[in-house]
Amino acid sequence: MNVTEADALRLLAAVRRLLDEKGIVSSAEVEARMAATDAASPGQGATMVARAWVDPDYRALMLEDGTKAAEEMGIMMRGMPPLGVLENTADVHHLVVCTLCSCYPRAVLGYPPFWYKSAAFRARAVRDPRALLAAEWRTVIADTVKVRVVDSTADYRWMVLPMRPAGTEGWDEVRLAAIVREGDMIGVTVPAV
Amino acid sequence: MFAAGETVRVKDAWPEAAGPVHIRTPHYVRGVTGEVVRRLGAFANPEDLAFGRPAERIALYHVRFQKGAIWPEAKPDDELLIEIFEHWLERP
Repeated sequence: MNVTEADALRLLAAVRRLLDEKGIVSSAEVEARMAATDAASPGQGATMVARAWVDPDYRALMLEDGTKAAEEMGIMMRGMPPLGVLENTADVHHLVVCTLCSCYPRAVLGYPPFWYKSAAFRARAVRDPRALLAAEWRTVIADTVKVRVVDSTADYRWMVLPMRPAGTEGWDEVRLAAIVREGDMIGVTVPAV
Repeated sequence: MFAAGETVRVKDAWPEAAGPVHIRTPHYVRGVTGEVVRRLGAFANPEDLAFGRPAERIALYHVRFQKGAIWPEAKPDDELLIEIFEHWLERP
């Protein structure tokens, strides 16, 4: 049989059965991974951001070891690439892209938005990020702020810790998490109230 | 082994010209000089891994480049931060 011409679902079932029989990966482990992958959503990253905004120790942990910080929030990181977190400040704004393919911090943000894999986004993000953000997202980065484009080329996955917006003083974590969007955590937008 | 803050140059190498390869070093940064931000760890060499060959673990660095060094029209102090494997880096 030519495997490249086999029906995909039959091939998948055959591979899964072999993995199970050979004791490499059990069916239960595959099911658990599928459930975790499908359940991953920007809401998970948002809970991390909100915690970092109210808890300086958590913020320090997040910037030092994103994987540990995610696990502390109950996010399944086993078998996932290490997570790095880059902090936006009054001096620097980060934008995440993967020019070589589509590396994305899926463990904490879920499936990437459709345009993230487009050749246009990838090319414009590295070459002219300021014009890209202004034209497509109305995100204008002040001239006094450095734009640092993070090209996710290898074994890490990167997410952005955005700046806490003014007008959120005294808010609790749940309320803060609700204003953090997917785009804020890869740097195409910034949180606002 | 490179230290944080050290100046490094990405090799101006084009192995894809010689045959099939899998490379995690973007074209636009080959031959460009930058600065090591930190060592991220060591990971199996994707250039072997992609072909199912035994893959040695190689140090991976986060390297910072000035945008102006790559694209003259860019705002010069904007930056790119890229993961580069040790065997792609050299001392200028």
